[in-house]
Amino acid sequence: MWFKKQKDTSCSTVMRDKNNILEIDNLQVYFNTEAGVVKAVDGVTIDIPKNSTIGIVGESGCGKSVTSLTTMRLLQEPPAKICGGEIRLNRGNEAIDIAKASQEKMREIRGKDIAMIFQEPMTSLNPVFTIGEQMQEGILVHEPGITRKELADRVISLLNMVGIARPEGVVKSYPHELSGGMKQRIVIAMALSLNPSLVIADEPTTALDVTIQAQVLELMRDLKQKTKASIMLITHDLGVVAEMADYVVVMYAGRVVEQGTVMEIFKDPRHPYTRGLLKSRPSADASASRLFSISGNVPNPIGLPNYCYFKNRCDTSCSSCEGEYPVLREVTATHKVSCHVD
Amino acid sequence: MKQYIIRRIFTSIIVLFGVSFLIYAMLRMMPGDFVEQITSGNPTITAEQKERLRELYGLNSSIPEGYISWIKDALCGDFGTSFTYKKPVIDVIKSRVGVSFALSATAFVIQLAIAIPLGILAARRQYKKTDYIIMFFALAGISLPSFFFAAVLQRTFAMELGWLPLSGMVSARENYTGFRLFLDMAYHFIMPITVFVITGVGSWLRYVRTNMLEVLNADYVRTARAKGLSEGKVVGKHAFRNTLIPIVTFIGGSIPGLFSGAIITEGIFSIDGLGMTALQAVNNKDLPFLMTYLMFLAVLTLLGTLISDILYAVVDPRVRYQ
Repeated sequence: MWFKKQKDTSCSTVMRDKNNILEIDNLQVYFNTEAGVVKAVDGVTIDIPKNSTIGIVGESGCGKSVTSLTTMRLLQEPPAKICGGEIRLNRGNEAIDIAKASQEKMREIRGKDIAMIFQEPMTSLNPVFTIGEQMQEGILVHEPGITRKELADRVISLLNMVGIARPEGVVKSYPHELSGGMKQRIVIAMALSLNPSLVIADEPTTALDVTIQAQVLELMRDLKQKTKASIMLITHDLGVVAEMADYVVVMYAGRVVEQGTVMEIFKDPRHPYTRGLLKSRPSADASASRLFSISGNVPNPIGLPNYCYFKNRCDTSCSSCEGEYPVLREVTATHKVSCHVD
Repeated sequence: MKQYIIRRIFTSIIVLFGVSFLIYAMLRMMPGDFVEQITSGNPTITAEQKERLRELYGLNSSIPEGYISWIKDALCGDFGTSFTYKKPVIDVIKSRVGVSFALSATAFVIQLAIAIPLGILAARRQYKKTDYIIMFFALAGISLPSFFFAAVLQRTFAMELGWLPLSGMVSARENYTGFRLFLDMAYHFIMPITVFVITGVGSWLRYVRTNMLEVLNADYVRTARAKGLSEGKVVGKHAFRNTLIPIVTFIGGSIPGLFSGAIITEGIFSIDGLGMTALQAVNNKDLPFLMTYLMFLAVLTLLGTLISDILYAVVDPRVRYQ
C-alpha cells in the first residue's frame, strides 16, 4: 500500500485523576512555516472531568481549534508538530497518551472514544453519499460484526434521538436536500452513534441562525444528560458558554490565560482579557450605544515576546508586566489566572 | 432527467444546422477549390473547361444555394461522394475511423489508468519527493512535442534496436488474418500509442492531482477521518468520489478527440487513419469529405457534452435534474 504505516509505539500512560476523561497536559503544538515557527498551542493544560462540559473560549487564532484537532490527531503532521506535552485519554481500564499514539491507534479512538462535531454542517457531510450511508459507515468501522438490520435500526433510532422527523426518508436523502439545522442534528447523531465518552464540538452553532442555534444547544444539553458524555465545547460565543458549560477555559495567543467554573469566570473575571471579552458582548442595555472592543490586535504568532502577550492591549498593565510571562496562579481551587496584576 | 435530455437533443439539432452552414460557408470561402487544385499542373486548360468541371462538381453555385442542396441530400442520408477518393464519403470515413479510434481509445484508457492512481498518489504526497518526481515526468510529457518524441522513439526502437516496426499498420507481404492480424497491428501500434500516452498523460495527471488536493482539504474528508475510517477508505471512497465529478466532465469533453484522429502522429507513423485523411482532404479541397468529417466531429462534440452532463448527474446527486 502507498499509505504510510506508522509504527505502533507504546502510548500507554497513567491518568493524574481517575475522574478525568481527558487530561491535556502542557501541550505544545507548533507549525513549521516558511516565515518561522508558529507556536499555535504553547503549554496548554486542560482537564476534562467525566460527565461535564468544558467551554474553551478565545478569538480566532488563539489555538482553541488546534487544541481540539490535536486531541483527535486530525492536524496534518507536518506542518503541525506536537513538540511536547501529553493528552491522556481515560478508556476505563487503561489510559492512552494521544500525543504519542500511532495513526492506527487513533483510528480506534476516533468516533468510538472521542467524537467530533464540526462547525460547518453544510460542508462537513459528504455531498455524494446518502445520510444513511454516512451514518452507517462510522458504526461499521468500529463494530464490523453488526448485521444490516441492526445497523439500519440503530441509525433510525439515532435520528429519532436527535429529533429528526420522518427518519426513514432522511436516511435515503443527500445532504443538499436537508436544511442546515437538520444537517447539524445529523452530525450530532453521527457523533453520538457509538456512545463516545468525549464529544468535541468545534463551534457547533456558529454557522446556524439564531433560532436553530437555540434548538441545537437545547438538544446538546438534553443529550448530554442522557449519554453522560463529556463535552469539549470550542466557541467564541460567551452566551453559548454561559448556557452550556460547567467550566470555562479562556485562551489567548496559544496559552490559557484564565480558567475556572462558569460562575467564577462570569462573576469574578480576573484576567483583563476575560473582562474585555465579557464587556464586548452585545447587550440590550440602552446605556451602551456602541459595542465595546478590545483595542489593538492579536500579536503575530511568529516570534512572540517573552513578556505577557496581552500587555500591549491591556488597560491595567503595570511595571511588573515587563517581566517574564506570568505563570498560572490559583485564585481558588478551580479558578486560575495568568496575570501579574491583582 | 428524460425531459432534460430531450430538450438538449432538440437544441443540439438547431446548433448543428448553424454549425453546418458556418462550416460550409467557410470551406467555400477558402482560396482555391478542388478544380483549381486538379488543374493547377495543366497549363493548357481553358477557363471554359474549368467552368465545366466546376459545374460537374457542384462548385459553381453561390454559397447559400450550394448549402441548401448539400443539406437536402444530407438530410436524406446522402453525404456525397469524395472528390479525391471517388467513393461515398461515408464509406471513406467508415474505413478509417476504426483505426484512429482503436489508437486513441487504447491510449485514452492507458492514460486514465496511469493518471488517476498517480495523480491521487501525488496529491497524497504533496510537496514530497514522490509528488515532485511524478509531476516532473508529467510536465516533461506535456512539454514533449509529439513529432520529436516520435522521431526519437523511431530512431531508438526501430532503427537502432530493431525491436519495433518503423511505421505502417501491418507487416508487408505477410497477409495475416484473424487473430494474427490483430497481433500484428497491435505490434505496429505500440510506438504510436506510446507517443499518445506520454504526451497526453501529463495534463490528466495534473488535473487529477489538483482536484484531489482540493477535495483532500474538504471538511467532509476531515469528518470521514474523525469517524475512524482507514486512510484507504477516506481517500478511496470519500475523496475519490468527489474528484470523479470534475474528471467525468473532462472525459465527456474528450470523446470527439477519440474519433477525430491525430494528424501529426498518424502522419509520422504512416497510419491510414482519419487524421491523415482529413489533412489530405484539406490540401485537396475535398469539400464533401470535409463537410461530413467536420459535421461528424460537431455531432460528437455535442454528444460528448450531453454525455458528460448525464454522467455529472450520475456522480453528483446535487445536479440530478428534476
